[in-house]
Amino acid sequence: MAARPGFYGYRRSDGRVGTRNHVLVVPTVICSSLVAERVAAAAPPLGVALPHLAGCGQLGPDMRVTHETLAAYCGHPNVGAVLVLALGCEQVVAQALADAARRQGKPVDIVAIQSEGGTIRATEKGSAIAREFGRALAVQPREWCDVADLVLSLKCGGSDYTSGLASNPALGRVTDRLVDLGGTAVLGEIAEIMGAEHLLAARASRPATAEQLIQIITRVEAEARALGLDIRGTQPSPGNIRGGLTTIEEKSLGATHKGGERARLEDVVGYAAPILRKGLTVMDTPGLDVESVTGMVGGGAQVVVFTTGLGTPTGNPIAPVIKITGNARTARQMADNLDLDVSGIMSDTESLDHAADRLFDEVLAVASGKATAAERLGHREFAIHRRNPTI
Amino acid sequence: MKAVLVISERDNVATALEPLEQGRAVEANGRTVVALEPIPAGHKIALLGIAAGEGVFKYGSPIGTATGDIPAGAHVHTHNVASSRGRGDLPQPPSDPRARPAEPPDVPQTARTH
Repeated sequence: MAARPGFYGYRRSDGRVGTRNHVLVVPTVICSSLVAERVAAAAPPLGVALPHLAGCGQLGPDMRVTHETLAAYCGHPNVGAVLVLALGCEQVVAQALADAARRQGKPVDIVAIQSEGGTIRATEKGSAIAREFGRALAVQPREWCDVADLVLSLKCGGSDYTSGLASNPALGRVTDRLVDLGGTAVLGEIAEIMGAEHLLAARASRPATAEQLIQIITRVEAEARALGLDIRGTQPSPGNIRGGLTTIEEKSLGATHKGGERARLEDVVGYAAPILRKGLTVMDTPGLDVESVTGMVGGGAQVVVFTTGLGTPTGNPIAPVIKITGNARTARQMADNLDLDVSGIMSDTESLDHAADRLFDEVLAVASGKATAAERLGHREFAIHRRNPTI
Repeated sequence: MKAVLVISERDNVATALEPLEQGRAVEANGRTVVALEPIPAGHKIALLGIAAGEGVFKYGSPIGTATGDIPAGAHVHTHNVASSRGRGDLPQPPSDPRARPAEPPDVPQTARTH
């Protein structure tokens, strides 16, 4: 019998597995974001920051989402140690973020700008702590992990006609294979399921899951209606339309190929909420690339596969993002940003199955530590989804 | 390489895999259509006449509604097809997606030819 596929990862105390081992420097609030970035930069190569625009002036659900997203990154298996960079008077509770990391047995500390006495002292103290964490993590070994431990985020952006014909179906085959092997995949971007929801709902393992999917699609449409706006202002985007995509339905039908053809839809979860079931999950994220990837990684994805037609640079602070295109021109023009060229599917020189095999192998290699183009270029985009005004 | 790609036999449009000049004859779903106008690569050509108000089908599913009569061979894009989803600018609510048939997903034929 052939050995099961797997990868070399970092096994964590909660049973989850990391594909990276970062020292995460988390600002509690926009006010400490710059110091957090400087501290992370002082602790290469494992130090990364999560600069963001939130953490204060937020009410109710928005505050909760900010808190939960930051806490999810602190507890994420791709993170080996956490330094919380606080200001001192903000809403986000530094101790709660530290506790999220501590529960996983990770080394954790808090530095607050107000109590340290300003930017310079906080930066110096934080940098020393982050470097110390980095030294401890650098000697941790990777160990063999089964492919079923993988949670793969499925993403597309800068889509054109090749996305629905080549890169998304190739990724869909990887999804089906991963789920067959007991792994997990997550699909976001509710607006880009609109028009293809009937196909996903028909694959739901329980009627309640199909109902949840329809409910959030209906909510997104109702939001556009409540604003009296035409979703065509943003879906499809101007670049999508130049690329030949006419309507959101057409874009969605192509985009939904990422979820495979037979993987059952097992769950529908909220933004950045934990992905708890094996198989395919849909997460309630907006279509904006960075907010969507931020949410799916927050839910526990340790690797992202991002298909693109026109090419796009998006990365993530803690999860490797693999870029794949079916557009031969983009593969040449944006070679810096791309990991895999599957344009042979369009020119009939490579089969979808062969491209999917190459992508599957790439996912495992990246899970074992191979750097992606986005990682090599330092793309670490991070944005927490916001629904309400800043107060 | 084929000049156009049809994904499902239910489709009434095909995707141009290369720029089609006016007068170019292409074969798809067992019929020949002549491009009535230049069609850029990645854009769609009508395989049949589609009357105003009729559905436009790709991947075997509806992608929108014809806003005017579209003759076979015409460029099919935002100028003659409208989405019916997420339209807060329209008075009527969208149809319930549950009412739509649950067709099997159609896979691009490039997948099947290998």
